[in-house]
Amino acid sequence: MQFLIDNFAALTVTGLTLGAIYALVALGYTLVYGVLRLINFAHSEVFMYGTFAALWVVMLLGGRPGAGVGPVVFWVAMMFVAAMAVSGLIAVLLERVAYRPLRKRNAPPLIALISAIGASFVLAEIMGLRSRIVAWVGLEENLRDYVRNSRNNAGMPTIISPQPIFTVGGYNVTNVDIFVIIGAIVLMVVLDQFVKRSRLGRGIRAVAMDPEAAALMGVNRDRVIQVTFLVGGVMAGAAAAFYMLKIGITRYDAGFILGVKAFTAAVLGGIGNLRGALVGGFVLGLAENYGSALVGSQWKDVVAFVLLILILLFRPTGLLGESLGKARA
Amino acid sequence: MSTAATARPQDSGPGFRERVDNLPTAAKILLWALFAVFLFLLPLLNIPFITTEGSDFGGVLFTVATYVLVALGLNIVVGYAGLLDLGYVGFYAIGAYTVGVLSAEHGKLSWVVVVPLAIVAAMISGVILGAPTLRVRGDYLAIVTLGFGEIVRLTLVNLEYLGGAQGISNIPKPPGLELFEVPSIDWSSGAPVVDLDTTSTFLKFGINDFVPYYWLALVVIGLVLLFDILVKDSRVGRAWEATREDEDAAELMGVPTFRFKLLAFALGAAIGGLSGALFATKSGFINPQSFELLLSILFLAAVVVGGAGNRWGVIVGAIVVSYFPERFREFADFRVLVFGLALMLLAIFRPQGLLPPRRTVRAKRADDRQAVLEEGEASV
Amino acid sequence: MSDPTRPTRGDDPTTPTGTPDATSAPHPTSAPDPVGVPEPVGAAEPTRAPGIQGDPAGESALFDPADEVTEINPDVDIAPEDIGVPEVAEGEKLLEVDAVTLRFGGVVALNEVSFHINKGEILGLIGPNGAGKTTCFNVMTGVYQPTSGAVRYLSEPLGKRKKFQITKLGIARTFQNIRLFANMTALENVLVGVDAHHTTGVVSAMFRLPKHRNEESQGYARAMELLTFMGLDGKADELARNLPYGDQRRLEIARALATSPKLLCLDEPAAGFNPAEKAKLMELIRTIRDQGYTVLLIEHDMKLVMGVTDRIVVLEFGRKIAEGSPAEIRDNPAVIAAYLGVDEEDAS
Repeated sequence: MQFLIDNFAALTVTGLTLGAIYALVALGYTLVYGVLRLINFAHSEVFMYGTFAALWVVMLLGGRPGAGVGPVVFWVAMMFVAAMAVSGLIAVLLERVAYRPLRKRNAPPLIALISAIGASFVLAEIMGLRSRIVAWVGLEENLRDYVRNSRNNAGMPTIISPQPIFTVGGYNVTNVDIFVIIGAIVLMVVLDQFVKRSRLGRGIRAVAMDPEAAALMGVNRDRVIQVTFLVGGVMAGAAAAFYMLKIGITRYDAGFILGVKAFTAAVLGGIGNLRGALVGGFVLGLAENYGSALVGSQWKDVVAFVLLILILLFRPTGLLGESLGKARA
Repeated sequence: MSTAATARPQDSGPGFRERVDNLPTAAKILLWALFAVFLFLLPLLNIPFITTEGSDFGGVLFTVATYVLVALGLNIVVGYAGLLDLGYVGFYAIGAYTVGVLSAEHGKLSWVVVVPLAIVAAMISGVILGAPTLRVRGDYLAIVTLGFGEIVRLTLVNLEYLGGAQGISNIPKPPGLELFEVPSIDWSSGAPVVDLDTTSTFLKFGINDFVPYYWLALVVIGLVLLFDILVKDSRVGRAWEATREDEDAAELMGVPTFRFKLLAFALGAAIGGLSGALFATKSGFINPQSFELLLSILFLAAVVVGGAGNRWGVIVGAIVVSYFPERFREFADFRVLVFGLALMLLAIFRPQGLLPPRRTVRAKRADDRQAVLEEGEASV
Repeated sequence: MSDPTRPTRGDDPTTPTGTPDATSAPHPTSAPDPVGVPEPVGAAEPTRAPGIQGDPAGESALFDPADEVTEINPDVDIAPEDIGVPEVAEGEKLLEVDAVTLRFGGVVALNEVSFHINKGEILGLIGPNGAGKTTCFNVMTGVYQPTSGAVRYLSEPLGKRKKFQITKLGIARTFQNIRLFANMTALENVLVGVDAHHTTGVVSAMFRLPKHRNEESQGYARAMELLTFMGLDGKADELARNLPYGDQRRLEIARALATSPKLLCLDEPAAGFNPAEKAKLMELIRTIRDQGYTVLLIEHDMKLVMGVTDRIVVLEFGRKIAEGSPAEIRDNPAVIAAYLGVDEEDAS
């Protein structure tokens, strides 16, 4: 208890930072669930590919600690571009390969989940076997730095060194923390406005609300679904870039646990509800940090899962309720 | 269990079954008995190609048998009652750890006492998890159970009382008998020769020869299968299916759906715990790494690959999921990749599983007819 | 999952249009159903093609409709079995809806609705679409709890009883959009209904105890009687989803009868039927009553209800606007206004 009180500010800020990343990944789950009513199990891999894209682009551009403002801004910008592009692409590909064929056959949701699990394995393993694959193509000389120890952690140079900006309750809030939290919120607002105001956004909401009626009104369902996956992927890519700035380490199986957490965040806020994802992410990040301060950091993940179960028991539609489409009774 | 069905899942299916169904009862019993004998002797026959090269075939067959057991248990939950459980490994772990804790870590209870306790412990945990969560929506249940599996594993890692990350070792063996030796077959000369030097003792649970454990698992599978058949063909089985088909309608037809879901969950958990207990018995050593979430996914895959709702299908599924990676160990690095690909292909091209329930085959035909009709209408 | 009060749309958003799924309203009831404008009995039936569009049973639309008119066997004894619920004398009050109000948020779905059903009668519950008929059913079968007021059955309030408990007490229902157990056989569907009063559990089933065997054999006999009564005995082993539409409707009634209800609630059983089929159905309902059941019939085709019911209750916008014999209802100005006030577009 004393530990929690002493470190309250620190726990809060890191909780919010982590929560912002959860929230961005959660968006992908929420969007896809809203439109297709299925759990996109492979979304975690979409995120993982984003982390590698961010990592590699920084390596490629020679990112290193202690550079001037100009190069840092350039590197960070390229990180985001690469991560968002790669994640978006993987997400769209995933929809094409793992989901669309099933939709065409009216497969039950359980089968879609199995397909997603399969896709998740394939994506993670390709990354985990990247050294073998590269050797097979005969490029191991050129790409050694990118593929070595493909089953182990890959670290990114610290291109933004954390600088304390201001102090809250004895904790130095760094530029990275602020960047992640503010950046995530800005992206969320942009997405919220996109879904609310743009034509495609209206399409997404229409399909979420009533796929048949939307089809009758001339909404191209396949296209809407593709856009949904793309948007979710791009958001996961942004999360991946933030994640690499804050954490800096990734691995071929790094997506899994983060994916489960992000899904928890989505359910926590009310699945299908965009703002719920934001709230859920922050609540989960904070609860995890406070909880682990109380019972020990080795229980951090347990805290998250227990929270999920409690929320589902006492408020099964999540904190903000389900929106996007109608809530299913 | 039929390996023939594994090899040719599509065409041998109905024809084969009908032919067997039409045999006189005595012949059927004889066939089953022969098949059972074959299964018992399988690890000693050392049939070329089927037998795994690198790893002990008895051990591999035992692993396959535990998967079959788990798949049968999970089939009650997923296939019959239609509840998506992604944390089944949790019950498996609880079964294994009950055995480990009570017979090695903190007690010296006999194996004969510990295994029933493991079943009960898993069943109780199933009720504890199910009672609050089975009221939530189906797709949420998947995530809640996923969380449960992780909670169990992380608890095992973090609680020193349960052995922590090192786990529990020196789990005692079941009491044995040492009645007689069963010789094996040697094929090294190209033809089968009875090898009297390499034998398995009936019934000695040692540390080098896993064949007796496989026999034990086979007997357990037989009992669980019988239980499955009897319970499925009763009011209980019908209530499960009705709940799966339409929960509200079932409730309005007088089915206490919650009670039956909880029952399915508890029975499934009990069977999961039983298989975990067998696993702990055979390996003599358990640690949290044996209960990764991947295992839950593999279990579920076994059920879905085989054909959820058909007990013979899920047995085939369990064999596919557990045996092939062992048989093709030379591709060990790629096996998860291949497995993932296989899941995707299966989902796309054979969504009902390899051996769907027989009725689904008929339903599928009706659907196909319908699809043709609809396409016809759409083009008008 | 899906809300039984709003069955007219494709309930399951995961299934795209035209899913061959028998549970999701095969004949869309949003199809132009005739709002039975009060007219003399015997007037021409509004012409329409009954539920052709989007018919997943498929065949019925393309093959000779004569194929699917299954003849019932009215002589088979399907009288309700003793379910341990006190008997009520003929003509006595069986169920009473007493000033029931139901609100969803700000919407008043039922407003102080009161009526009762007497043992042995066929009561019609009619009203334009959205009048609250199905909602009323849902309150009676425990799907919703009334905000105020009470449903009294055998003079006892149903209170917070669960759905399956109410079924065990002897209230059974069918659904406006067919909700059979699609992947179970016709026989199994009916057996689930019979099972409502059985108590076989895992242990009895596992050891094949006498209880299991008695219940199975007696249940099987009862289920087959019901299927024979409905003329479905030849299709006992067909999957429910593969049955023609008309058979599915009859199977739903058989399944409800299997629970040996004191009160059988039929929610628009004639939806999607052509006039000949409707006439047969009304005959069937009368036969069911004669076998010892009390029937509550929801229907918005007034003409149909007139012919078969003993009394009629009319709902509009969640209120009871009239109650009486068919003749009284036909001449009731409020009823005429209610029906004439709703034109075709609003109704569908």
